[in-house]
Formats: sequence, structure tokens, C-alpha cells
Amino acid sequence: MSENQSETTPGIDGPEIDAKGYWKEVIRLTLALLAIWFLVSFGAGILFREFLDGVKLGGAPLGFWFAQNGSIYVFVALIFYYCFAMNRIERKYRIEG
Amino acid sequence: MDWTIFWVGLTFATYIGIAIWARAGSTNDFYVAGHGVHPVVNGMATAADWMSAASFLSMAGLIAILGYGGSVYLMGWTGGYVLLALLLAPFLREFGKFTVPDFVGDRYYSDTARLVAVICALFVSFTYIAGQMSGVGIAFSRFLGVDFNTGIFIGMGIVFVYAVLGGMKGVTYTQVAQYVVLIFAYTVPAIFISLMLTGNPIPQLGFISNVKGEDISMIQKLSDTLTSLGFAEYTTTNKTTFDVFCITAALMFGTAGLPHVIIRFFTVPRPSDARLSAGWALVFIALLYTVAPAVGAFSRLNVINTVNETTYVAPGEDYAAQAAALEAQGVTPSPAWFTRWEITKLVGFEDKNGDGIMQIRGPNAPDGLANEVTINNDIAVLASPEIAQLPDWVVGLMVAGGLAAALSTAAGLLMVISSAVSHDLCRRTFFKGMSDKSELRVARLAAAGAVMAAGFMGIYSSQLAFVAQVVAFAFGLAAASLFPVILLGIFWKRMNREGAIASMLTGLVPTFIYIWHFKLGAGKDAGPEEWFLGVSPEGIGFVVMILSIIVGVVVALATKAPPQDIQDLVEDIRVPGQRRPHGIADAGMAPAE
Repeated sequence: MSENQSETTPGIDGPEIDAKGYWKEVIRLTLALLAIWFLVSFGAGILFREFLDGVKLGGAPLGFWFAQNGSIYVFVALIFYYCFAMNRIERKYRIEG
Repeated sequence: MDWTIFWVGLTFATYIGIAIWARAGSTNDFYVAGHGVHPVVNGMATAADWMSAASFLSMAGLIAILGYGGSVYLMGWTGGYVLLALLLAPFLREFGKFTVPDFVGDRYYSDTARLVAVICALFVSFTYIAGQMSGVGIAFSRFLGVDFNTGIFIGMGIVFVYAVLGGMKGVTYTQVAQYVVLIFAYTVPAIFISLMLTGNPIPQLGFISNVKGEDISMIQKLSDTLTSLGFAEYTTTNKTTFDVFCITAALMFGTAGLPHVIIRFFTVPRPSDARLSAGWALVFIALLYTVAPAVGAFSRLNVINTVNETTYVAPGEDYAAQAAALEAQGVTPSPAWFTRWEITKLVGFEDKNGDGIMQIRGPNAPDGLANEVTINNDIAVLASPEIAQLPDWVVGLMVAGGLAAALSTAAGLLMVISSAVSHDLCRRTFFKGMSDKSELRVARLAAAGAVMAAGFMGIYSSQLAFVAQVVAFAFGLAAASLFPVILLGIFWKRMNREGAIASMLTGLVPTFIYIWHFKLGAGKDAGPEEWFLGVSPEGIGFVVMILSIIVGVVVALATKAPPQDIQDLVEDIRVPGQRRPHGIADAGMAPAE
């Protein structure tokens, strides 16, 4: 994907930044979180709904609950975890987000 | 309805006060609120920007009717924020300009690409805004006794003040106020209904609890009640799994591609704020979206329990006396709220078997009786305070909440429309030498023009058939034409001008034709068997989006790689704090600090 030969590119002011390493970690994090995003909505809420509906959460069939409530809670958690993990990656690569 | 006038007056005065306080002094203020909005504040503004009159008034009732089928809206209109946070918002903020066509035009070094993006943005936004304005007109005519057109003029006047004076800055802070109004109006009645029905004050928990004092869950009881009257079970849908999948996906990717949502993330100071702000936006949205399915289910059960098999009391008579007389005869009168809302024509009763008793029945009623009661989707929310027997001042708040939802969304869309004209068309395409000062003047003029255009579209919305198909058109087109080029523009350096234009046109044309054909054209009455792969017009945006990505990639690979400047630009926007100006990409406009 990248034709860039050097491992590092000069930072905008001063220290060198390993942009390639940074981007690789960001992509890995993004794909992992998108997998969860897919599983709770398209997975639990749609594709495996009938199977999950056999289990009850309180008084609601589980698949139905994921489709109407559960997936939304997970979406919120995913974004805040992303913010947390990105800050950690950015600290590691000395990038100021 | 004195409380309604009180709340509407008070909230409108607040919006104008904020507009006077938050005036825009430069194009930077006007388009992106000076890039200075706090991420939590922006999250709240985004939530109000996002939740339209339909989300506030109609969604709960729609879910109540559709049952599990209503889930497509719940997942679709929230899941898109994950895509925004992870795939678009921080990178577009790092890119550092004002609009979505800015990104498309500069990343793909082409004014043709910019123009196609402008067309998509304008069509999507006008479709969307007409619905908001007609919602304002309906609210005024139904609840404040004002003529429909006058209602729209009042709404136009309010938006005019804060959008034209304050631009994005004014819009942002009024949206925060509007969010507070609408979430309060939505959740307070929901809490009391949940308490009444399940004994649990938190609607999200009431949703999965047992019916108060009974050993059966609320959802099970609702399903049993519905099947006994000949309706389908609540936790099922008549749509195919594949169609549910496609509709949900089209709404998610469409949400992420909607210009009025994307530009909200240009207003924060840094890319990390854009990520965080998407999280806060979803928190504020989830406060309404996780309550909506509970409100829907509660109201469906409640309406059947309180209306079915009661004896009709006509409006215009003395309800209390009538009801007392009926009770003395030993029969149950129809509830007071039904009689009151019948005047607005949102509920109706037609005594088909002439027995004076209101029968609610589904299509497969075991006793063979016909349904006699019609209930508008908006009733689930509008009548919720009365069903929960809350004081009159809460009842009055619902209309103010609906207006807040409609006006905040309209204002966000106005910013897209006016910046498309003053910035994308004038400053970036046709009059490139324009000064900042004259651009700001044109921006105000364009906002004023857009307010009027939106108002007139609202007035003529009943004649403009496509306005009623917002869900299909706006989300389908945003998913199929805007989302792919933005995504590929960030994540694939090799994506070039030719690929982008091919991809946008592939997204735009088939989606438009398909929706038009099956929603408004010759195929209007066609059943699912005639749909392409069984995908409904609401879900086609997802299928075309896949096609548009494939076409874009193939065309890009078959043509010349983008210039080095552009490839360097893409590397820069991926890493926060590394954005430098790059020759042709930034020749027309320098990126923000």
C-alpha cells in the first residue's frame, strides 16, 4: 500500500515520528473494534437473532434485546475504548493528538 | 394548551438570546465555529443536529408498530457513529478545511469531483430539511392553532436569526439548548410510564422487566396481547433477514456519510477531540434511542389495555359527565386522552359494527372483527405525558421538544446548504480570488436564501413526493455516493480522481433510479419479489455502496496514480499534528492550524 522507503518521516517540528508503525497499530485497533461492531449489531441483532432469542435477558429475548438496546450500549463503549487506546498509541509514538 | 404556548415561547426566546450572544466574525467562525468547540459541547450539539422531528416524535410509535422490524432504525442510526469515530471524523478534522466537498475536491485534485460532491450534499440536505420544515408547520397548526404556512414562517424566522447571524457558532450553541429541551421532554414521561407499567423507573430496565404485579414479562405480555387480537408477534418481522441486514447497513453507512453530521466534527480543536466528541454524541443520542423502544412497547401495550373494548366518548361533549354516566351503567368509557387527541385527528374511531365499542384488531383477528381504531405513530410520544397522568406543564413541553428537534436538525442542514453555495461553489470553484470578508457576506446571503428555499419546500412538501422518502433517499445516497470516496480517500493512497468520480456517479445514479422507481415511479406498488435481490429501496444504498467501492477501485487501478502531493497529504492526515500544506492539494485553500 505504501511506496515510502524510509521507516520514519520527519515530524512537523523536531523529533522523528514512526508514522508507519503508528498507522499499522491504528489499523489493527480499528479492525478489531469494527469486528465487535459487526458482531453485536449484524451478528447478535440480525444474523444470529433467532438462535439468541432462545436465551432471555430479564424478560426480553436476547437477540431482540441486542437489536433494540444492547448493540447501542456496545457502540458507546467501543468509541470510548477507541479514544483510550488511541491516546495510548499516540503516547507510545510521541504524537500529540 | 396554555403551557404549550409558554414552553414554545420560552424556548424560542432562549434560542434568539443565544444567537445574539454567539455572532460569527469570520468565515472560520461561520463555517466551523472557529474550530473551538469543546468535545462534550459538540457531542451534545451533534445529538440535537442528528435527532430530527422524526426521531423525536415518530420513531417510538414506528417501533411500536414494527416490533422487531423497528430495530433497523435503532441500530442503523447509532452504529454509524462508530464508523464516524473510527474511520472518518478524526482524519477529516486533521485535513483541516470547512466542508465535505472541500475534502473531495482537494483530495481528488478536481473541481468536477467537488461539484459532484456538492450535488450529493445539496440533494441529501434539501430532502432532509423539507421534512423538518413541514414538521414545524404541522406542530404549529395542530397544537398552537396557527395556520400551517404561518407556522413555517415562524420557524424560518427563528432559524434565520441564529443561522444567518451566528453561522455554525450560533447553530452549535442553540443546538445544545435544543438538546436539553428535547431530552427532558422525552425522558420524563418515559420514566413515569415505565414506573406505572413495570414498577421500574428506568425505562431501559422496565423494557426487560415483568409487568407490575404480574408474573409475566412486559414484552411477553405485549406479544401475547397482540397475537390474541390477530397481530403478528412483537419480536418478529415480515422482512427477510437479508433485507433487514441491508437496511441497517444502509442507515449506518448513510449516517456516517451525511454532510450535516460530518461537518459537526470540523468544529472541535483537534483530531483526538473529534474522536471523543463522536463518543459523547452517541451517549447523548443513546439517551433517547435506548428509551425509544421502551416507549414504543409501553405505549402499544397501554393503548390496547386502555382503549380496546371501551365505550366511545365523542369529543365536544362534556367528557367527565359522559364518562360518569357510562360508568354508572357499568361499562368502561374510552380514556380521556383519546377523546382529547381525536380533535387533532392523530387518533380516530370508525364504528364499523355499530356497537359503540372500540375494537382494536389485527389482520388475523380470531373473532373476525374489523379494526376500528387508528393511531398515528406520533401519539406514542405526544400523548405519553397524559397516559402517565403527568401535570399539564409536561404535556405542553412535548410540542416544544418536537420543535427543538426539528429546528436543530434544520439549522445543521442549512449550514451544509449555505456553505455548499458560498464556499464550495463561489469561493472554491467559480470565484477563486474572493476575499474572506466577501465570502462571509455571501455565506450569510446564502444562509438566508437557504432558509427561504427550505421554508418553501416545507410549504410545498405535500406536493414534493420525494420529501416523504427521506429515509431511503438521504441515507441511501449518502451511503452509496459520499461514504466510499471519503473512506477510500483516507485509507487508500492510490485512490485517484478518476476512481472518485466513477465511484460517486456509480453511487448516485443507480440508487436514485432504484428508489425513485420503487417509491414514486412505476414500481410503487410492486412487492418484494420484484426488488433486486429482495432488497427494499431503504436498503439498496448498501448494495450500491459495495458496487461503488468496486468500481472506484477498478477505475483507480486502471488509471494514473494520484500526484505525489496528494499521496503526501494522505500520509499527513493519518497522523495527528502532522498536517503540512501540500502543493496542489492546498493551492486553493490553506489547511487550518
